[in-house]
Amino acid sequence: MLEQLFQFLVTGITVGSLYALVGLGFALIYNASDVVNFAQGEFVMLGAMTAISLVAAGFPLPLAAVVAILITIGVGLALERFAIEPSLGASVVTTIIITIGAAIVLRGVALLIWGKDFHALPAFSGDTPIHLGGATLLPQSLWVMGAAVLLVGLVRAFLNRTLLGKALLACSFNRAAAQLVGINVRVMLRLAYGLSAGLGAIAGILIAPITFSSYEAGIMLGLKGFCAAIIGGFGNPMGAVAGGLLLGVLEALGAGLISSGYKDAIVFVFVLMVLFFEPTGLFGHKSADRV
Amino acid sequence: MRLAGLVVFAVGAALLPVLFPDNYFVLVVGVSVGLYVILAVGLNLLMGYAGQISLGHAAFFGMGAYASAILTTRFAWPSLLAMLAGLALAGLVAWVLARPILRLRGHYLAMATLGFGIVVHVLMVQSVAWTGGPDGMGSIPPLNLLGWSVDTDLRWYGVVAVAMLLAIWLSLNIVDSRIGRALRAVRGSEFAAQTLGVDTTRAKTQVFVVSALFAAFAGSLFAHQQAFVSPDSFSLMVSVELVTMVVLGGMASTFGAAFGAITLTVLHESLVVFEDYEMLIHGALLMLVMIFLPQGLFVGLSQGARRAWRAIRFKGISE
Repeated sequence: MLEQLFQFLVTGITVGSLYALVGLGFALIYNASDVVNFAQGEFVMLGAMTAISLVAAGFPLPLAAVVAILITIGVGLALERFAIEPSLGASVVTTIIITIGAAIVLRGVALLIWGKDFHALPAFSGDTPIHLGGATLLPQSLWVMGAAVLLVGLVRAFLNRTLLGKALLACSFNRAAAQLVGINVRVMLRLAYGLSAGLGAIAGILIAPITFSSYEAGIMLGLKGFCAAIIGGFGNPMGAVAGGLLLGVLEALGAGLISSGYKDAIVFVFVLMVLFFEPTGLFGHKSADRV
Repeated sequence: MRLAGLVVFAVGAALLPVLFPDNYFVLVVGVSVGLYVILAVGLNLLMGYAGQISLGHAAFFGMGAYASAILTTRFAWPSLLAMLAGLALAGLVAWVLARPILRLRGHYLAMATLGFGIVVHVLMVQSVAWTGGPDGMGSIPPLNLLGWSVDTDLRWYGVVAVAMLLAIWLSLNIVDSRIGRALRAVRGSEFAAQTLGVDTTRAKTQVFVVSALFAAFAGSLFAHQQAFVSPDSFSLMVSVELVTMVVLGGMASTFGAAFGAITLTVLHESLVVFEDYEMLIHGALLMLVMIFLPQGLFVGLSQGARRAWRAIRFKGISE
């Protein structure tokens, strides 16, 4: 029983690392632009699918990964430039619908390019499972967890230690004030979209060897990332990371102990409970709504 | 203006089968258009007038459909009674959910309604013993209106057309009632509405329940008309499509929502040939309308037309 729990925990943390990266992307964009980007999951899918195609075309894996990340960043920047910028200051409902539209467009393009088939990437370092205290662990899981720790650390250092990162944070606190002290808000917006698209693409490439990818793969990943961001208290990047890990573990426990068919329902019921009773998130700071 | 619009709809619905007798497109697509008009008009009350987004409306649509499907096939209930049970179920769920869910705003509300929709969808897929699971359930008997069985395409067209007109008429009346004015105040500023003595929680709860009832009503008709239901018809994408209809036509306009439902359903049926491109076109439409005509096609175009008309008139006077 204990071994089984340990196994669920390992699986949960692997998936949770992914949700954490996607949630971090949500938080970054929300901070910079007050927009919830429903196309975040599609960045994950695009990264994975592009890398898979490039590897299939004979590119070595590292090069394929870099090119896939760059292409996804390009898509993120285009989204910002052509959809978000023209509608800055629009109502929340409007921006939600615009990003949902963007997600559907990206999914539609992916359907045309890759069809409905599932694709997978070869594992980075073999498929031989590692036995660890009764639980088995795929080497790829270590890649996912390691990369997530590294990326979260880098983003954290970037936000807290570099001038550019601090400028990005300043935008999230008060955009008008940030503009007054000479921060170019548009550049910050692009930075946030590029960064989140890049994070999404990396997450997609990391997980592609474990879960197969298809044009639809981004929907649930994006929504779970959104859940992670909400649990973490929106606009709190590290809260989103914690929220992602929590969700991953919860999902693995739910799938293992109750039923795998209900795992999505368990996650969303949990998120609903958080929204009903602690709407500012489990790790967020309280803030009142202004009229 | 209001009555004129309703008359245009009624005459249009009545003329179509006369002009194109036995036309598959008119009869079958017409029924589907009518059902989506009911759904969109109901959702518009919540989104357009009260300003509350719902990304989980397909759940209420599904509750109506599955209540009718399960009660008429497994328990041999009369179809009207089953429909009432579906309405009661959806209304009750909406009423219970309204308070905690409508306290949330903006993105939180979007997430909560979306989560609710997904939970209901998972239940439909997983409760195999009741719903038949992902394969759905068939052989639902035709709707029986006090002895008159709705079992031909033409009869269905008539029933749905009447139901659609009823929904539009109800919506127009709600909008102009005391509740409707309270809702518009809530959309403008919930806080200001409160200071003016509007019980905003009550107003929001009422409109949420009403819009759930519209959806469940359409769902019940849908189940009988299709004689088959499966969870696919009530997925997240359907909720998004309903939002698209409301937004496409123009929020806060009953005829706008109806226009959006008609446009998108007809587009959907015409694009069947280009199946692979449908998603792309759907998404691009959503983005373009929201970026360039955020008030919606119907409202945007009719405002433009009014402005042009005024310009022509004033020109005539000054000459």
